[in-house]
Amino acid sequence: MTSANGRRNESRPAVEAHGLVKRFGTTQALRGVDLTVDRATVLGVLGPNGAGKTTAVRILTTLLKPDGGTAFIDGVDVVKDPRRARARIGLTGQYAAVDERLTGYENLVHVGRLFHMSTKEARARGTELLERFDLTTAASRVASTYSGGMRRRLDIAMSLIGRPSVLFLDEPTTGLDPRSRNAMWDLIDELVQGGMTTLLTTQYLEEADRLAHTIAVIDHGVVIERGTPEELKRRVGGERIDVLVANVDDLPKVHDALVGFACGEPHYERAGRRVVIPVEDVRGVVPQVVRRLDEAGIEVEDVGVRQSTLDDVFFALTGHAAEGEDGVTRADERKTA
Amino acid sequence: MTASPITTTDADALAADPPQGRIWMVRDSWTEATRHLKALPRNPELLVFAALQPIMFVVLFVYVFGGSINVPGYASYKQYVVPGIFAQTVLFGSIYTGLGIAEDLSKGFVDRLRSLPMVSSAVLVGRTMSDVVRNALSFTVMMIVAFVVGFRFEGSLLGAAEATLLLFLFAYAFSWVQAYTGLVAGSAEAVNSIAFLWMFVATFISSAFVAPENMPSWLQPIAEHNPVTIVTNASRALYNGRDPGSDPFVALAWAAGITIVFATLSVRRYRTTTGK
Repeated sequence: MTSANGRRNESRPAVEAHGLVKRFGTTQALRGVDLTVDRATVLGVLGPNGAGKTTAVRILTTLLKPDGGTAFIDGVDVVKDPRRARARIGLTGQYAAVDERLTGYENLVHVGRLFHMSTKEARARGTELLERFDLTTAASRVASTYSGGMRRRLDIAMSLIGRPSVLFLDEPTTGLDPRSRNAMWDLIDELVQGGMTTLLTTQYLEEADRLAHTIAVIDHGVVIERGTPEELKRRVGGERIDVLVANVDDLPKVHDALVGFACGEPHYERAGRRVVIPVEDVRGVVPQVVRRLDEAGIEVEDVGVRQSTLDDVFFALTGHAAEGEDGVTRADERKTA
Repeated sequence: MTASPITTTDADALAADPPQGRIWMVRDSWTEATRHLKALPRNPELLVFAALQPIMFVVLFVYVFGGSINVPGYASYKQYVVPGIFAQTVLFGSIYTGLGIAEDLSKGFVDRLRSLPMVSSAVLVGRTMSDVVRNALSFTVMMIVAFVVGFRFEGSLLGAAEATLLLFLFAYAFSWVQAYTGLVAGSAEAVNSIAFLWMFVATFISSAFVAPENMPSWLQPIAEHNPVTIVTNASRALYNGRDPGSDPFVALAWAAGITIVFATLSVRRYRTTTGK
């Protein structure tokens, strides 16, 4: 428990959740989720749309009450003592929650005031954050004139004004263009180097790999795997070799020829005449693969190397592709995006 | 981005417990009210519309319909209808409370506010209080227009002040109805369709524009017990220097009752509401 003056209890993790259960009508959004975030680390919660990531974040940030389970921020129970928990968190949701009618500066000072800072303190902290988030020149413009990237930066700055001990970032780069996404990653990196304890949700393996110390993979309301990005990749294979064969009957032969290179179970896509082989380290492997296929007399149309995607992770962990609420796989969604 | 890492480390985390007590309810409400008051002059279109609508109604009823409408007990339809237009305008003006809350909700701002250690009901109290200011601006424009077309206080200035206060309390009560609508509907479009439906019924089946005595007999009891009728009759009598009877007290009771019921419902709803 926290000490009498309400300061943090250093002996407990910043976030502890056990057996979180949440139902919406007949939909079981969470079926017993455990999550832990240690101080000054980043937990990446990775999963497809509808996996329960946002529901978990909403419970941890006191917006939703769980039907079962417990959750603590700095040892403060989020269900029994929501206001004390709120003083310890910063939340950046999926949609930049800024008041568009106010300037960037006014937005920051407003939230500072609602953290019960004095006006002077809120102003000083607002000015400081505007500078650090590269928004000083836009400080006196109303937020409705900001670009998507600027809004996200302002949103995160608003989440930090109360000096939270845990920052929650719910899909911080969803909907951003690649350039803004990279800028956001740099910014989060910087926060993490400053020692910010962070829980971030994402649909992108690449993002979790880049930013998180620990990853929890969540699917259909349960955590199906957890570990460091390295551990996860070792299980799943960091990279993929795709072999496209001319004749679909050759697929088993390709499998037999190449299984020695794989660090996991290769799988076929018959319709695509394709074999996907997970490998830990692709360096030097491709020439050997080509030679082996040649020796086996298999006619190959293409051999390609790519990074593991969320689909690969899900295939390796569950044997099925990652599906959203609508049953559309992430790969389909990326193709149409 | 600056070169140095952003220092929001655990070392300087506040993590102090939020202060408790009534005074924070007042301060947080005021902080939220100033958020809306700052934004008010930045949306002149909204202000112009808020002023234009009552002007149109005054012109429409006084000059267009006025010649064809006779009401019992009033020689001048102007003196009869202007207080009715006042009541209608403050009632219609309350929709901005619902629209504003629905917008905060749909844009995720309510999620942000609910994750802050503030007094949660302050979000709604601040919003409804700032809407009193908006209503006052629109009421002032309307009063000026009414005087331009020849409306006069025929009773005491105190009576006129009482009538005005009654209209404001009535507007405040309906602000809470709209707040609840905004929280339940969750989008500005839905608030618009829900609110306009009942606001039209409430103002046109009332004594705001015509005498309920001239309505069909089955409609009369509805019109007579409509709170819009009661507040209109009370303020109409007070502006015209006539005896309002018990109407001001009944109107006050309506305003208090609506405020208590809908403020309770709204605060309860707010505590469990999340955006999209």
